[in-house]
Amino acid sequence: MGDKEVESKILKIENLNAYYFENHVLKDINLQIPENKITAIMGPSGCGKTTLIRCINRLHELSPGGKVTGKIFLRDENIYEMEPMIVRRKIGMVFQKPNPFPTMSIYHNVLSGYRLNGIKISKIEEERIVEETLKKVGLWNEVKDYLHKRGTFLSGGQQQRLCIARAIALSPEILLMDEPTSALDPVSASKIEELLLQLKESYTIIIVTHNLQQAARISDYTAFLLMGELIEFDKTEKIFTVPSDPRTENYLLGKFG
Amino acid sequence: MRDEIYKRLLKDKLFKTVVIFLSFISTVPLFFILFHLIKNGLSSLNIEFLFNLPKPIGEEGGGIANAIVGTFILILISSFLSIPLGISAGIFMAENRNSKLYKIINLLVEILQGVPSIVLGIVAYLWVVKPMKHFSALSGGIALAIMMLPVIIKSTEETINLIPESLKEASLALGVPYYKTILFVILPSGLSGILTGILIGISRIAGETAPLLFTAFGNPYMNLNIFKPVESLPHLIYNYAKSPFSEWHQKAWAASFVLILMVFTLNILSKWVIRKWKVRF
Repeated sequence: MGDKEVESKILKIENLNAYYFENHVLKDINLQIPENKITAIMGPSGCGKTTLIRCINRLHELSPGGKVTGKIFLRDENIYEMEPMIVRRKIGMVFQKPNPFPTMSIYHNVLSGYRLNGIKISKIEEERIVEETLKKVGLWNEVKDYLHKRGTFLSGGQQQRLCIARAIALSPEILLMDEPTSALDPVSASKIEELLLQLKESYTIIIVTHNLQQAARISDYTAFLLMGELIEFDKTEKIFTVPSDPRTENYLLGKFG
Repeated sequence: MRDEIYKRLLKDKLFKTVVIFLSFISTVPLFFILFHLIKNGLSSLNIEFLFNLPKPIGEEGGGIANAIVGTFILILISSFLSIPLGISAGIFMAENRNSKLYKIINLLVEILQGVPSIVLGIVAYLWVVKPMKHFSALSGGIALAIMMLPVIIKSTEETINLIPESLKEASLALGVPYYKTILFVILPSGLSGILTGILIGISRIAGETAPLLFTAFGNPYMNLNIFKPVESLPHLIYNYAKSPFSEWHQKAWAASFVLILMVFTLNILSKWVIRKWKVRF
């Protein structure tokens, strides 16, 4: 796995198993996610990609029949021994379909992490967070005159950037993204990709993607999952040029998936 | 070939005509009812009728103020009792669709929906009137609340089911506790549906007579005390209509007109609520 000595690992996944009722969806996953990099998780449908990131913010255990064993360390703390609410504030998530809160304005969507959690901040602080966060996701100029309108009137791509803003407003350490561009048109999708490249300066990003080109374009590391097993994890360059497992190669060549 | 096409078009037209005709027929009763109400009721309807108390037979004038106020009191009591219960049960059902308890509650709600309203009156009589030893607005309100309950439960459940799961997850993923997610994300998103359910529930009970016969009982005087018997519009209509006096029959028509107007307003209001507060996802 070379070069790992230079990068610090923010997240260490050890012997992670996940279940849906009787269904064993993730099998003994061991993975170390480097800090301030984009790690792509790819694999055919149903291989457990989404389940994997939902284990990282402890959302999986809320699904009916969801069960998890194993350990995930955020820095040196096992998140399965932490308060789930605290874990989720440190590890933000962006979903496949843009899902801004429909009853809230753009302004309150950005602040929803604070408001809904009952974290009190001053009006000045609020305005600073809204402006800074919206600037970070490149939405400020487009919406600064409509801050108090509902977020659902924005276009799909703008909504998704609003959702990213909502997630990073709480200053998480890690950003989980579950196919964040699959519901968007190509132009909006490439804007999101550009945004992710900027965001990795400040956050560690783990992105689930169906889109091989996307993984190749934006990620530094790639994990390949197949039937709930981690087949290969390495630098993206290496995975896409000289994969060490024949199954990875077959997948990249489109032989299955 | 051409003939075939003409035949088909003709059949199409015929079918359309029949459907339109039948749907028109189904609205005819409503027009008859409205016609009768307006013809018989409108003549005795005036401001005095709305704001005066009933007068004994033989005296001129008199109104239904006590029944209007009583109906409002009964609606208030039953809303106060059934709304919190109904919304809570609706949330539970929407959130636990796979649990065993869900199936039991669902079955019970469906049975409750089918219980004849007179039976609910008897139940309220046994539970409230008998122990308290007198008729009261409270007992009537309880009977009506039980009637309203399934409507509110079902509409809350259906509304919440329509809210995308991803909205709930978005909130949970921000570290928001479950109860806050339900209270501040899910419920506001379903507000229009839940309010509509409440309004439909109210319009359903507003015209009920049977559960009030031996609970709220009726009262010829103005009464604001919920522990005393209270008059209500449907009960007053029932009493006046079965009386032998033609003036009272006249008043029954006018009171029916008021009641229909109330229910009609509630319906319009619920349509307006849906339009105004509909949340786009």
